[in-house]
Amino acid sequence: MPTYEQFNLPDAGEGLTEADIVNWHIAEGDAIEVNQAIVEIETAKSLVELPSPFTGVVTRLIAQVGDTVEVGAPILEVDVDPDGEAPAAPAPEDATQSADASTTDATSTTHGETVQVSDNAQAAADPVPATAGSSRSDQSNDDDEGSGAVLVGYGVKAGSAKRRPRRADALDPIGGEQDASDYPVLAKPPVRKLAKELGLDLTTVTPSGPGGLVTREDVELHLKATSAQTLSTYPSDDQPWLAQGTTMNDGRTTRVPVKSVRKRTAEAMVHSAFTAPHVTEFLTVDVTETMNLVKRLKEDRDFKDVRVTPLLLVAKALLLAVRRHPEVNASWDEETQEIVFKHYVNLGIAASTPRGLVVPNIKDAHRLPLHALAIELQHLTAEARSGSTKPSAMSDGTITITNVGALGIDTGTPILNPGEAAILAFGSIRQQPWVHEGEIQIRWVTQLALSFDHRLVDGELGARVLADVGRVMNDPSQGLVWA
Amino acid sequence: MDSTGPLSTDGLVSMLTHEGVPVEHETFSRYVQNLDAEELRQMWRAMTVVRAWDLEATSLQRQGELGLWVQSLGQEGAQIGSGRALRDNDFVFPSYREHGVAHLQGVDLVEVLRIFRGLQHGAWTPAEHNFHLYTLVIGAHSLHATGYAMAKAREQKANPEQEPGAVVAYFGDGATSQGDVNESLIFASVYNAPIVFFCQNNQYAISESVTRQTKVPLADRGRGVGMPTIRVDGNDVIACRAVTEWALDHARSGKGPVFIEALTYRMGAHTTSDDPTRYRDKEEEQYWADRDPIARLDTYLSARGELSDEFREDVAQEAKALGERARSTVKSWKRPPLLDMFKDVYALPHAAVDAERVWFERFQESFDTEEAGR
Repeated sequence: MPTYEQFNLPDAGEGLTEADIVNWHIAEGDAIEVNQAIVEIETAKSLVELPSPFTGVVTRLIAQVGDTVEVGAPILEVDVDPDGEAPAAPAPEDATQSADASTTDATSTTHGETVQVSDNAQAAADPVPATAGSSRSDQSNDDDEGSGAVLVGYGVKAGSAKRRPRRADALDPIGGEQDASDYPVLAKPPVRKLAKELGLDLTTVTPSGPGGLVTREDVELHLKATSAQTLSTYPSDDQPWLAQGTTMNDGRTTRVPVKSVRKRTAEAMVHSAFTAPHVTEFLTVDVTETMNLVKRLKEDRDFKDVRVTPLLLVAKALLLAVRRHPEVNASWDEETQEIVFKHYVNLGIAASTPRGLVVPNIKDAHRLPLHALAIELQHLTAEARSGSTKPSAMSDGTITITNVGALGIDTGTPILNPGEAAILAFGSIRQQPWVHEGEIQIRWVTQLALSFDHRLVDGELGARVLADVGRVMNDPSQGLVWA
Repeated sequence: MDSTGPLSTDGLVSMLTHEGVPVEHETFSRYVQNLDAEELRQMWRAMTVVRAWDLEATSLQRQGELGLWVQSLGQEGAQIGSGRALRDNDFVFPSYREHGVAHLQGVDLVEVLRIFRGLQHGAWTPAEHNFHLYTLVIGAHSLHATGYAMAKAREQKANPEQEPGAVVAYFGDGATSQGDVNESLIFASVYNAPIVFFCQNNQYAISESVTRQTKVPLADRGRGVGMPTIRVDGNDVIACRAVTEWALDHARSGKGPVFIEALTYRMGAHTTSDDPTRYRDKEEEQYWADRDPIARLDTYLSARGELSDEFREDVAQEAKALGERARSTVKSWKRPPLLDMFKDVYALPHAAVDAERVWFERFQESFDTEEAGR
């Protein structure tokens, strides 16, 4: 008789409330063993692999790749006794656990229940734990006290703020209940901030905390009760299409918390745009010869194991241009008032990924022959697509390419990756009428744009770099001359 | 590696290279000349068991059974080498990563997990093991250790018949930037306290490289306050044993404190809450993986036919049994009564603690049900 156990998402760091499922290493039906790596999750702190607490057969992946899961919520169901014959009596551990897990509802079989370092301390220190959890938390999910509390300073999920019944005649430990009506609205700063962000007047919220304190739970309940149920923008537009957002009462706006990659992108772009004076130069190039070369390489036996794309040749062209003008491969060190010239090229490729925009780079790209460069490019793209780009792959870039053409765009004015002096935008390649050898012909044409940091790169240097890239793209044999 | 900074190999005592080749040391070799193959095998066993258990504990954290785990991975050589030099009258003040020393002092490693499951502040009786509780506040225990050593010296003076003992304070490179550690060094030095400061320089204070904590080798801290200092290859279990034997002899014989810097490498994360890929690269990790403390003793013993398959199997079974016991025991632990936290705060009754306990009891009683008071 099968015996099912669930693995609840543990807190992989101290005081984390949630994590994203990045990759399952197992599938339903797989046999797994204790401590076998089963899933990769991304927390606010790191990308970590979780080992299985069970030996058995996977019966259900409860959380899917891309899901954001609250700590304590089940992610996996395993049959730990697939061949077993005995009736499903609770294992001894379960018995002790359920006897111990004080507020656990009888329905829960939380074998993987977490017990936090702070659990007791939290309960002791705070008779009514403040709630600072995610607004998406399920109110009915408060059956698992053991995994709810987190360290002071990190906040706890909303569901864990279940009030414990007190005797009517009980002494107040702090010094007497206050009559709330005598005082202005009482609320902790994070709750005030939340109300402000939601545009909510706290005096309209019914307080449930001690001494008339308005808790986060109160705000959320109030919001739920008064929220518009649908979006009103377009007819039949009744599905919330912005995941993780909160739709305002009037249904006219949705607020989505800025997190993770979006947040880092925003910080990096603001920093770059407002410290480095950007100049962008443009060049339209006939790249027919490059397209011919791409075609030839695709048929080349040596390249049959890699994808040959125009991006590969742009990368090579940029590397050649950097070699001729190494001054562009540099950064501005504000602190020491120095320009740092890099004698290596870590070539960044801006990539749109399921987790947002990331700019991983190819280390020491200047040393790589074309084939090796193609492999690295393919590897980098695959990692970015699967969302497994390592932080180290995103650090210490020296110059970047953004392939806006992939989206059918002619070109743009890219913002520098912080710490770099130049970024090349590579537009879409289209067949266009073009004057070639004195006649109008249909040629493959693209636009290139180079943004650079004018503190250390002058217009002339930028122009030379861009012209060189264009020259190689126009006539790849020029690469032979410069290589 | 630069030749003068905190990671230089300048003056590093080494007796077993990372290729497992023995090296004579003119001063310290004689302190390990009596180590036979059996003793070396026991050190290999302890390192291997502690490592396996450490990995099991890491898994338990990742499965939600522990709130936090602090890996000793990679530091087994420094811990087992120094720990095996301890005698019955010596007393250890660990930080929180010295699982290897705990193991040697007879602390049941499974019990250590109580702390990391959030059930107890300390999970053993220090007096039973001559092993103080883990101190999570960085460097704070170095002061306690120094005071304890000063008291020990007085006790020794009052009872000259008593077998002399010394104190070992374990701490990391990051702790050397704390005021507490510097104050300890000064006190220990001027009071000639019988204490060995054993600094495991694992190169990172969480994410901060030791190169950002000091410009000179950490051992120079000891020299600065006038105590003998030794730099030792912390991944060389034999050298660690030798220098600690010498240092403890020095301290026990009334000649004062010693500062040992064991240059090692934290092969794992700072804790399970840390992601080291954010601040160090694969090449560096590989460089140190090639200098693994267990592997080199393994090579040395294997080359001499001193590690039989039977013995390996025996050790593997011990490690496995410990892991399985940890797994089942941890899951069976119940939460202790909340009032337990007031116990063992002071040895003698204490008015302030008593008052807090009474208040807390009344607070607990103010709930409708016992469960509600949790």
